[in-house]
Amino acid sequence: MPSMLDHHHTGIGPLPLLLATVLVAYWLAAARQRRLGRRWSLLRGLSFALRLSLLALAFTPAVSAFAHHDMRGHMLQHLLLGMFAPLPLVLAAPGTLLLRTVPARAARAGVRFLARRPVRALIHPFTALLLDMGGMYLLYLTPLYALSLDQPLPHALVHAHFLIAGYLFTWAIAGPDPAPHRPGLRLRLAVLFLGGAAHAILAKLMYAYHWPRGTPHSLEQIQAAAQWMYYGGDAAELLLAVAFFSIWFRRRASGSAVGRRERHTPGMHLDQTSRAPWSGG
Amino acid sequence: MAAVGNDPRGDTRRTMIATALIGIGLMAAVDEIVFHQLLGWHHFYDLSTPAIGLLTDGLLHAFELLVIVAGFFMFAALRAQRALVPTAAWAGLFLGAGGFQLLDGIGNHKILRLHQIRYGVEILPYDLAWNLAALVMIALGLLLARRAARRRPRPA
Repeated sequence: MPSMLDHHHTGIGPLPLLLATVLVAYWLAAARQRRLGRRWSLLRGLSFALRLSLLALAFTPAVSAFAHHDMRGHMLQHLLLGMFAPLPLVLAAPGTLLLRTVPARAARAGVRFLARRPVRALIHPFTALLLDMGGMYLLYLTPLYALSLDQPLPHALVHAHFLIAGYLFTWAIAGPDPAPHRPGLRLRLAVLFLGGAAHAILAKLMYAYHWPRGTPHSLEQIQAAAQWMYYGGDAAELLLAVAFFSIWFRRRASGSAVGRRERHTPGMHLDQTSRAPWSGG
Repeated sequence: MAAVGNDPRGDTRRTMIATALIGIGLMAAVDEIVFHQLLGWHHFYDLSTPAIGLLTDGLLHAFELLVIVAGFFMFAALRAQRALVPTAAWAGLFLGAGGFQLLDGIGNHKILRLHQIRYGVEILPYDLAWNLAALVMIALGLLLARRAARRRPRPA
């Protein structure tokens, strides 16, 4: 194996410090909300900590080494970064916390930014689906995966893509954070369905046609990784579906329409964003 | 939404929809867990499956997952509203499970030929048992559904 990668993998690097700093920042901001007499559920804080733990787990030296010589290890990282870590992050509502913490003028500017047409198109659930699943098809069904194995930059970009696209997709489906002009729940359900199907189909394509090709992995390893992907993806879809339907049924119970587009305008009341399962209300 | 408790017909219908969804998801889970994982009779992927089978299988699979979650949420909501009709709940469960089993047995196994129940054996008895079990569940479901429909409105 190339020595550059070994160097890349063995050191723990600045990651633990970075994660700890982010966690402390979140908890300080949450504590400030409580001090100001606004609700901020403890579960959200725990959810955020869980998310950081999953990230830390994905980059522990043991998992990194496993990923380096076995494709199942890579799949474990992919599942942790792109499928399991995003949900607790989304449920922790970091966007809402950020908007409440920064000065009102900055918060309004932030929401206005999200409402701009190109940004709106980028954060649309369907775009998120294309970025997330499309990225995976591109990675596993082209020589890109083999390339990412021995080049540090593509390797890092692949991880970053999983992390960001996974978050975007999860947030677009079940995020409690404010999203101006977010489409209604029916469309989001359809996107969730397509996402689950696309993931399952890709895993089977890899299993059946032995993708990714041109790697040092044995066929058995690739097929085992594809099965991990399939069943791991199931578990992630199930969790996301639970988060999604808890929003759906909460909204039904409160008598508002399910299919309607959410109309958040700049300067809206941040307390009235769509309720997460544990928004503490 | 209809007023709670004053709409026995609507309650019966909603109860049946909720448990039918659970029944579909349950049968899919049984197939996946018992036949794929425990018995290993047929697999995750049958190497003769054509590409179109891969596609429909993935769609069906994602659908099943959503259906069982939606079913449980509906069920919980009906219970919370005290609008659950027990007979209708069993009727829906059997109809959902039997309907899915029949669809799987005829559609997936025979028409799309995604996979067979078991390999290396005479398949006919397995197919008969599979589809007969489906018909029994559907018959039971229909019987219970009729009983649920005849039931008197609850005193207010």
